[in-house]
Amino acid sequence: MFSVRKSLWREHIFDLIRRTATDLPADVERAIRRAQLREKRGGNAWWVLGEILQNVKLARRHDAPLCQDTGTLSFYFIVPPGFDTNALVGATREAIAMATRAGYLRQNAIDPVSGVPYQTNVAPGSPVFSFRQGARKTVDARLIMKGGGSENVSAQYVLPDGELGADRDLEGVRRCILDAIWQAQGQGCAPGILGVCVGGDRASGYEHAKSQFLRKLNERSPNRTLARLEASVMWDANKLGVGPMGLGGRTTVFGVHIDALSRVPATYLVTVSYMCWALRRRGMLLGPEGGLKRWLY
Amino acid sequence: MSKTLEYPFTAAKVRSLKLGHRVCVSGLIFTGRDKFHRYLFQGGKSPVNLADGAIFHAGPVMARKHGKWVVLSAGPTTSARMDSYMPRLIEQHKIRVIIGKGGMSDATRQACAKHGCVYLEAVGGAAVTVAQCVKDVCGVHLLAEFGEAEAVWALTVKGLRAVVAIDAMGRSLQKRVRQSSKRMLAKMLK
Repeated sequence: MFSVRKSLWREHIFDLIRRTATDLPADVERAIRRAQLREKRGGNAWWVLGEILQNVKLARRHDAPLCQDTGTLSFYFIVPPGFDTNALVGATREAIAMATRAGYLRQNAIDPVSGVPYQTNVAPGSPVFSFRQGARKTVDARLIMKGGGSENVSAQYVLPDGELGADRDLEGVRRCILDAIWQAQGQGCAPGILGVCVGGDRASGYEHAKSQFLRKLNERSPNRTLARLEASVMWDANKLGVGPMGLGGRTTVFGVHIDALSRVPATYLVTVSYMCWALRRRGMLLGPEGGLKRWLY
Repeated sequence: MSKTLEYPFTAAKVRSLKLGHRVCVSGLIFTGRDKFHRYLFQGGKSPVNLADGAIFHAGPVMARKHGKWVVLSAGPTTSARMDSYMPRLIEQHKIRVIIGKGGMSDATRQACAKHGCVYLEAVGGAAVTVAQCVKDVCGVHLLAEFGEAEAVWALTVKGLRAVVAIDAMGRSLQKRVRQSSKRMLAKMLK
């Protein structure tokens, strides 16, 4: 049943890629607009945010990638029991190749050994798939595009960290996050959004930190202690004065999302995934036969 | 409000730019990033004349329409990655204008002061805005060797907007922000 409909899946996923690459989610665009109101009119921070807003509008109008770095493609699928994920992987790969040929994606996957770019962005490690089985009959498909500049300033801390005075507690976590924001300055395309994982291991920490970007900006942690920490880090971060593109200003981050995973006794990691202002996240809900139910976000 | 800066970017024009001021760049510019900088640094011959020219740290999304290249999306990339090559290239190739994002190191800053070069901060991620400023793709070099994103694209732009983040006296906006935010951070972590 599924394979017959492969072309339909491919079409929907192509559309998901196109919309993710060319348009910001409404909550992110709203946050940028609000940030601009806080800045001094005519100043560089105000100007940068204005340029960003104009760029978002232009990208939407011209149906063009809003940032040339179309990033790593991370797909998050929640599928019903018994669903053929192999066919979904195939349809997604085809959709990516189509989107690359259509100019919605840059040739962004490069072989690090030979230095040669892959033609279509379908390559080892590209895209990144995450599958989970859900209880519903629908397929929940989400995509996050994260550019290289912001990936380069993401960081992982091993606690205790003497230099930062960071112990194995929430105050230590706070110190790590603020340090990461300071280290990043404007290089990750500030104002940024932070996905943080407390605990886990080297691999799961980064993975979990990144998956926090699936949350809407105003979605607080359900854990009240972490929700308080999110608010406090955001408040402090914006007092740092790094500002848009590191040129100074009142907005350094738009959102802080913190979550925790269990850790082993010997390891206490804090992983900070830094996302640029261009948080490209989209999602859709599909029927088991590939019909579009609705767009998410 | 903003000053216009037109190709060729002579020393006099570049020295008249003030830190923190906004500029509109027009004329010929060349894209170049990681691979191109390394190539030049290792003594590779530049396929274009960079003297009094501008190098734009960018890897655009290009498309071919009616047999001609067009820029779809072309924002700046992080300039810090070019820091280890930049001072020598400014000196050897007489580059006068660097357009990028995120700021550059002290060594680059000093090279700017010594040889009369400025660093302009374009807005990272604002890639369609930049693409709209491109009036013509004059040519492409090292495409087969480096690939689309790393190739050297010769572009004619009109009104590309940026902020002077390192001026020809070697003062840096980002450095100031880094220092002031460091003091703030120290206060918070007390």
